[in-house]
Amino acid sequence: MRAGPRTPGEARRRPATAPASRPPAGLVLRRRAGRTAQYLALLGYLVFLAFPLLWLVSTAFKPPRELATLHPEWIPDHPTWDNFRQAFDEQPLLRAAGNSLLAAGSAALIAVAVAVPAAYVLARHRNRLSRAATGWVVVSQAFPLVLLIIPLFLILKELRLIDSMAGLVLVYVTWSLPFALWMLTGYARALPPELEEAAAVDGAGRLRTLVSVTVPLLAPGIAATALFAFITAWNEFFFALVLLKSPEKQTMPVVLTHFLGAEGVADLGPLAAASLLATLPSLLLFAVIQRRITGGMLAGAVKH
Amino acid sequence: MLPVLIPILVLSVTPLVYGIALAFTDAQSGRTEPTEWIGLLNFTDLRQDTLFWESFRTGLLWAAGVTVPQFLLSLGLALLLSGRLRFRWLARVLAIVPWAMPEVVVGIMWRLVYHPDAGILNETLGTDRDWLGSLGSALPAVILVGIWAGMPQTTVALLAGLQNVPGELHEAAAIDGAGAWRRFTTVTWPAIRPVALAIGALAFIWNLNSFALVYVLTNGGPGGRTRLPMLFAYEEAFRYGQFGYAAAMGCVLVAVVSVLLAVFLAGRLKGRDT
Repeated sequence: MRAGPRTPGEARRRPATAPASRPPAGLVLRRRAGRTAQYLALLGYLVFLAFPLLWLVSTAFKPPRELATLHPEWIPDHPTWDNFRQAFDEQPLLRAAGNSLLAAGSAALIAVAVAVPAAYVLARHRNRLSRAATGWVVVSQAFPLVLLIIPLFLILKELRLIDSMAGLVLVYVTWSLPFALWMLTGYARALPPELEEAAAVDGAGRLRTLVSVTVPLLAPGIAATALFAFITAWNEFFFALVLLKSPEKQTMPVVLTHFLGAEGVADLGPLAAASLLATLPSLLLFAVIQRRITGGMLAGAVKH
Repeated sequence: MLPVLIPILVLSVTPLVYGIALAFTDAQSGRTEPTEWIGLLNFTDLRQDTLFWESFRTGLLWAAGVTVPQFLLSLGLALLLSGRLRFRWLARVLAIVPWAMPEVVVGIMWRLVYHPDAGILNETLGTDRDWLGSLGSALPAVILVGIWAGMPQTTVALLAGLQNVPGELHEAAAIDGAGAWRRFTTVTWPAIRPVALAIGALAFIWNLNSFALVYVLTNGGPGGRTRLPMLFAYEEAFRYGQFGYAAAMGCVLVAVVSVLLAVFLAGRLKGRDT
């Protein structure tokens, strides 16, 4: 019990005499209420956003006893790394990560290599063809993946590329190409054409100009596009599920679903631990290019 | 300029055209006799397939159930984040996280939240419910996850749209004594309308075609309550090997999507300067 001096809060309280220059009290109050409502809304959103994430982290560090209880708690009493070790024991996570890295990395490189010249052309020439190509990019984003995967499956079967990394990479290139093209066209349009004209005046040919002037200027955009293609392929599930049958070839998202078990009865701790690990690479890369992606998307969305 | 577009044509256009063509054949996986054209037979079969129409209805419910609240929440959030608030950066950074997560992980994460025994939702609400496993709550439960997972994209896109709102107009309206709501309806909304509608249409289409999230959460159960058209088509194609039939399902989805796209593209072309 504190009976002594007044609390700091009481001491700070002042008589309600507002300086003459202030706006009327009613307006201030209303504005302050509006402010508070805004902060509350923001807080509500942050809670909605964060609580499943925090629960994932919490579950990943809980020992089995605390997972089996009927009254689970936010903070584990005895946090442990065992779930991570067990996750590696239960499923071939390292191999899966290697497969994902290989598939996503190759797909990103190939998609960008194909898309850069095309994007350059689309950005510099506005005619019926380029407009049709841009329209196609938008349309292709809306197609259900079954209509892509069934023909690709048949083509890959002819080429004997089912259940192979090469086949998956080919599918990923096909799939990420339209969006890469879209992003890169946005970036290419933002470049001033005068620089290329100057190079042309200096006697550089089309290809030379593209390689020595445009590509260096586009480099940040190219990097962002490649990383974005990498992240989407790293996270991709549907194609990998359909195309990869042998366990030693499967990618991270597919291997993660094995933790769920046939009956949906899962070993929750290792499941959460493995999920966290699978998220880290894309999260880190995304943090690096976040501004560029949003900028690139906007360039695409607004300028096209 | 043609040569550089050829790889795009081969890699991107061919599979889609081939995919649509397959809908008019009896293509099956693992069959030895050659595939034949069967005209509209797949589509007439589809007309009588009550399970497909059920999944189609589920798909529309899901897409609308996710897109509408998501759009409204994202718009509110984008308006909030474009204003002068402290901790705005934190919200902006956090808002990106669901975007970078693999859909499979998002599904797994929410399964942990919804878990009947070890989940935090039952513990918080004091309930004892199998959210994803009961007929009544499964679809709303997966819709909530869909909203959570898709909000970053729509919010960022709307934020971008908001950057185009001329600030002077806003100030002028404020000086004229317009309240927040009036300023929104007379200045902000007209300025972002084309972008906002495009974002809404695209989000609806993406949601209609979604797969991984619900596959991980419920795999279409319980009792088919969350069986989205894509889940249905996937099973038809890769469990039962009915490639032609599954392609026909894809075509029905494309037909619906095309209508939306036509509206979307018409709006874009009109708003363009070229």
